[in-house]
Amino acid sequence: MDFSYTEEQTLLRNSVAAYLADKYGFEAWRKFTRSDEGRDPAQWQQFAELGLLAAPLPEAYGGLGGGAIDASVILEEFGKALVVEPYVPTVIVAGGLIARAGTEAQKQEWLNKIATGGTMIAFAFAEQGGRYNLADLQTTAKKQGASFVLNGQKAVVLGGPWADALLVTARTAGARRDEKGVGVFLIDKKAKGVGVRDYPTVDGTRASEVTFENAEIPADRLIGPAEGGFALVDQACDEAIAAHCAEAVGCMKVLLAATVEYSKTRKQFGQPIGKFQALQHRMADMFVHVEQSVSIALMAALKLGGPERRKSVSAAKVQIGKSGRFVGQQAIQIHGGMGMTDELSVGHYFKRLTMIDALYGNVDHHLKRYIAS
Amino acid sequence: MDLSFSPEEEAFRAEVRAFIAESKPKLPRSTGTPESATRTRDDYMAWHKLLYAKGWVAPHWPKEYGGTGWSVTQRYIFNEECARAEMPPVVVFGLNMLGPVLYTFGSEAQKKHYLPRILSGEDWWCQGYSEPGSGSDLASLRLRAVRQGDHYVVNGQKTWTTLAQYADWIFCLVRTNTEVKAQEGISFLLIDMKSPGITIKPIIVLGGAQEVNEVFFDNVKVPADQLVGEENKGWTYAKFLLVNERTGIANTARSKQAVVRLKEIARAEQDDGVPLIETPEFARKIAELEIELSALEYTELRTLAAEARGEMAGPESSILKIRGTEIQQRITELAEEAVGYYAFPYERGLGANDYVGPDYALGAAGRYFNMRKASIYGGSNEIQRNIIVKAVLGL
Repeated sequence: MDFSYTEEQTLLRNSVAAYLADKYGFEAWRKFTRSDEGRDPAQWQQFAELGLLAAPLPEAYGGLGGGAIDASVILEEFGKALVVEPYVPTVIVAGGLIARAGTEAQKQEWLNKIATGGTMIAFAFAEQGGRYNLADLQTTAKKQGASFVLNGQKAVVLGGPWADALLVTARTAGARRDEKGVGVFLIDKKAKGVGVRDYPTVDGTRASEVTFENAEIPADRLIGPAEGGFALVDQACDEAIAAHCAEAVGCMKVLLAATVEYSKTRKQFGQPIGKFQALQHRMADMFVHVEQSVSIALMAALKLGGPERRKSVSAAKVQIGKSGRFVGQQAIQIHGGMGMTDELSVGHYFKRLTMIDALYGNVDHHLKRYIAS
Repeated sequence: MDLSFSPEEEAFRAEVRAFIAESKPKLPRSTGTPESATRTRDDYMAWHKLLYAKGWVAPHWPKEYGGTGWSVTQRYIFNEECARAEMPPVVVFGLNMLGPVLYTFGSEAQKKHYLPRILSGEDWWCQGYSEPGSGSDLASLRLRAVRQGDHYVVNGQKTWTTLAQYADWIFCLVRTNTEVKAQEGISFLLIDMKSPGITIKPIIVLGGAQEVNEVFFDNVKVPADQLVGEENKGWTYAKFLLVNERTGIANTARSKQAVVRLKEIARAEQDDGVPLIETPEFARKIAELEIELSALEYTELRTLAAEARGEMAGPESSILKIRGTEIQQRITELAEEAVGYYAFPYERGLGANDYVGPDYALGAAGRYFNMRKASIYGGSNEIQRNIIVKAVLGL
């Protein structure tokens, strides 16, 4: 048993943190998330140059061969900076899925492109009415000669406006909620029959509603088995959850530090509010939540490759969901009226944590999955 | 980072398992049930003596004083196996509390005399910290020790002294200076419980046991060489002891085993013809408990890893105390809930080895009542929050 980060991982953390502190500060974030584009287009290439996009991908295809812990290190720092780019959908979900189930040609084409920043891929898995069930799909993909024809709608595709490709789950066989009969497709967003409606999200990023109307997809864009894609998606989503748990930890750490700092300077009744025990104990509880979240995010990352993957990931998502809400709500409470303002970063971390709770299934969903697994 | 165990560590685990398997039949039966009605001093010490004979009684002590020289991982494995087999906990006062204080701050003579007797179990120690007026505000303690020639004369009272009725010795925080700031007038004194002038009065607690006592000191003469470290520096040693105490307090391995037991109860109990564990309400409570315990287990592992890197246990150990005790309390609470009506029978009101209802219900209510102590002792959980606030958050 060994619980220490390698020297490389520590270096990675330091370099990401230093880069983001310099180029991705809160004032810059406010500016570019409100621009038409919604992001700073230079960032993605910078991430590629820092090796972040290659970090968890296999070395044979332009990656650096890192693992889940490397991804966690990056995502925790991303959480601290509220990074809006679709790193998880592109690198963790699409990259992971292609590396695991893609053909040699698909790996050659896509993994190198992901690693060098040549593509942004959004993950179109959710549907209206399907809630958090990954198999609850009404979008269909029907084999037609050498192609598949897609019809249906996808909800809240994060990073959709910036993506050039969409990783789409669709029903290839079976009934609406069957786990068998799920296929995964990598689709050019510009393909005929693909419609998008882009919009901003409450946490400062961008998303799209996507429609497929007889969109014809070449068969070589099917990733993995046509009807046996569910297990792949399930695993990729678990890897995404572990990454988002680390991101949430980053958000929580920032909120705790900001709240403690604020309570030292804000004065009422002639003294800093941090001197009041009611608030002190609240902040001690925030600290306990943060530490428990660090621990369980680590557990999820470490158990991703093992037999307890689903149970551990659900456990982490439950803990992170609860702790994220507690830390976020208390950070706002202790900041008082200032916590309610758009001007302070506190509210934005709170919003991001709230969205992470819903992402890939909230507390209730994962409690249910934990009990079932 | 790596969760796997090396072949050497797996071999060590097998060795521990074998030793436990051969030791368990030698233990008195009553030690199998925690908080059981009638544990004698010998019952408490039975496992200690077997561990001592094997050389395994103080895994966390430095090797030169009788420790095992195990790695942090080996200690983790040992604890895990003991918990899984539901071996009785060893009595902590000498081994976990006083021992580390003595080998860190004690004189050579004290180390030589007391440490071997703690290891062998010859001396049973109890802890003289709390007083009637000094609970959370420990530094306000008033048990007075006045130096007279080569002796101290001690007058006053300690309370909540756990299992003092079995103790040969008590380590006491005493007031040696009343003129200075409270923390600067405290000393750490070792006192023979057979000294003339000491009387013990039992306190019966919610579970019905004589678990704690009041200890009175009336002109008790204590040789001056039984002072640990320097006079008026006792607060430093007292805090050192408390941090050590908190590190082991989370005990996630034992809580994991207790959850296994809880689930057995919830599988056996029926609710509308369905096992309780399958009802959404109770299933959810158990799941939430298990998840919180998983987070704590990894917090404990992170602490151990820091220790393995040579970092001292710090104020972070307060987290282990807060969450560890809250989880222990929750487990006993859910067990009490699970047994339904059979929480009612009072096992001490029945004859020895006699009970009504399902055997798993025996003592469920008593354990729940008794476990309320956990968030009070060892520095109440509110005091732990104060420690986090001051030492970690810097407020």
